[in-house]
Amino acid sequence: MPSLNHYLLVAGLLFAIGLTGVVLRRNIIVVFMCLELMLSAANLTLIAFSRFYPGANGLPDIHGQMLVFFVVTVAAAEVAVGLAIIVALYRTRQTIYTDELTTLKG
Amino acid sequence: MSLAWYLLLLPLAVAALNFLLLQKLHTVAALISTVSSVATFGIAYSLLGSTASPEPYHWISIGKHSLDIGITLDKLSTGMMIVVTGVGMLVHIFSLAYMKDDSAKARFFTGLSLFMFSMTGIVLANNFIMTFIFWELVGLSSYLLIGHWYQKDSAAEASKKAFLCNRVGDFGFMIGILLLWNITGTFTFAEMALPSGLATGVLVTALLCIFCGAVGKSAQLPLHVWLPDAMEGPTPVSALIHAATMVAAGVYMLFRVQFSFPESHIFENNAGTIISWVGGITSLVAALMATQQDDIKRILAYSTLSQLGYMVMAVGLSSGEAGMFHLFTHAWFKALLFLGSGAVIYACHHEQDIWKMGGLLKKMPITGMTFLLGYAALIAVPFVTSGFWSKEEILSAAYHHNKALFCIAVFVAFLTTFYMTRLFVVAFLGKTKSDNADHAHEVGPLMYLPLVLLAGMAILSATKIGGLDIAHTLSAIRPEHHEHPSIVLLVSIGTLVFGLAAGFILYSGKTKDPLSLPLFRNRFYVDGFYDNFIVKYFQDAFAAIVHFFDELFINGLFVGGISRGAQGIGLLIRRMQSGNLQTYAAFLSLGVLIIIYLIVF
Repeated sequence: MPSLNHYLLVAGLLFAIGLTGVVLRRNIIVVFMCLELMLSAANLTLIAFSRFYPGANGLPDIHGQMLVFFVVTVAAAEVAVGLAIIVALYRTRQTIYTDELTTLKG
Repeated sequence: MSLAWYLLLLPLAVAALNFLLLQKLHTVAALISTVSSVATFGIAYSLLGSTASPEPYHWISIGKHSLDIGITLDKLSTGMMIVVTGVGMLVHIFSLAYMKDDSAKARFFTGLSLFMFSMTGIVLANNFIMTFIFWELVGLSSYLLIGHWYQKDSAAEASKKAFLCNRVGDFGFMIGILLLWNITGTFTFAEMALPSGLATGVLVTALLCIFCGAVGKSAQLPLHVWLPDAMEGPTPVSALIHAATMVAAGVYMLFRVQFSFPESHIFENNAGTIISWVGGITSLVAALMATQQDDIKRILAYSTLSQLGYMVMAVGLSSGEAGMFHLFTHAWFKALLFLGSGAVIYACHHEQDIWKMGGLLKKMPITGMTFLLGYAALIAVPFVTSGFWSKEEILSAAYHHNKALFCIAVFVAFLTTFYMTRLFVVAFLGKTKSDNADHAHEVGPLMYLPLVLLAGMAILSATKIGGLDIAHTLSAIRPEHHEHPSIVLLVSIGTLVFGLAAGFILYSGKTKDPLSLPLFRNRFYVDGFYDNFIVKYFQDAFAAIVHFFDELFINGLFVGGISRGAQGIGLLIRRMQSGNLQTYAAFLSLGVLIIIYLIVF
């Protein structure tokens, strides 16, 4: 039976992998996927706390679970908008590599 | 408002009007200036001899010291106003013709009106601060008028030189004013009195510092170099500013100081000795230089220097009355000579070299005759000319006080006769020496009328004219007639005869100068010395130091340092704006980490 710490460790790893991907990968779609990974890490943390700190009635804490649903919904919307932006970006700039998208360089 | 205020404000109003509104309407501007100069002469004439000074206008008070703008009316100032406005009026009229075709006539007449305002201010000022303000203002208007033809390099440089030389003197003047204020506790002339138990050294220092101002303005040694160069300005300006009025301001101011201490004989100490020697040496050196100049205006300029030296010498000998008297007569005949030379230059198509003139007396009889009268007054033909009476006063003052200076003055009188005879013989007698002089003919009435009037004054200004004895009305100016020692009369007649003889014998019928004295021709190399030594070693070295300081501290550290610092920080921060999304993300996460670290630990 894994403990809370195991879950938190996995969530931390997921977050770190996601952040590394966001910061280091050039392909903007991969960056986008890594961003989702970070969201999942957050979700996992929420679920774990919800499971290991039950409410007064013995059931898992409802607030954590509810927040996860919010995150999933917002992430879905975000994916829709984000992918659309990437498509539009590719159409105008013919590239999805971040190091070629530095128009705002000072 | 008292009439005297109009005397001061009318020229200012005209100058402002000309400058602000009439820069394009040349003839209107010229006429307005001329009319105002006639009006001021009328006012000055009506105020002659008046002693009712108007109520001063309170200007500023600092602590318990207060400063007024006030007008002094006394015999000295009203008499001097006759000179200033009288010569000024005639010069305005002369300029109408002389500057007829000038493209910047309005600017010229604006300058003249500004000058009339400033000079009136010096003459009427009732305190030293006002004198100083107007002192600077005449310097400014002189600068503007010398540089009237500023497109010519020589004129632009001459105006700069005049201004700078005057500044050197003015610094001393300012210190002198403050020293005198410290001694007497007041700036107002009428309230000045020497405290008892004053150390002579302090007074001498103050007087010498004040004298510095006169050295600059009245072009005494060693600051005389600007006056001959100032002849680059239009000739009417030379007549008005650099012969009759402004250069005499130094003498006037010195006499005003003497006049403010009637009991104390303020110049009877070392200051007076130094002042009289400076004046005497200036008159000698300038007369020597004048004997070898070829430019008609330059000869007259050196002659002016020499006569100013006479006046300063008289003031230094505690005989300011004689100096003022000579100032008064000299103003008329020197303005006459300058305007006469202006007419000659105008007629000879701007030829100024006397060796290219000749025979002008026949071609221009009115100009020639009036010039002859001015010449007679300057060389002091006995008993008939005004110059004789005033020169006699100075010579006898020198005779009474200092025999060495008397010898110098007599020698200068001889030299004066000599170089003026040279000028007259070469330029007006004999055969014409160039085509320009061949084609010369008499100038118009607008030009010869002022000449005739001035010629009248050159002869008569020292004597009674039909009930009006100007020189006597100014008894402050005209000393009570006392018997001169007969040796003075003998000597001055002797110098006259010898000077005339030498001039005629040497120069009659010559086509080029039989004498060649490079030392005098090159003005004792004083200008060269200033250019090659003072300018090179002092000014340039000082400029180098200032430049170094400027480059290192101002430019390098303060202004430049701040700007370079900002630039450096900007360059550094600019690196962060890579435009790359992921760099921003990395910074963001770093920031979050730091915040978490700060919150948790």
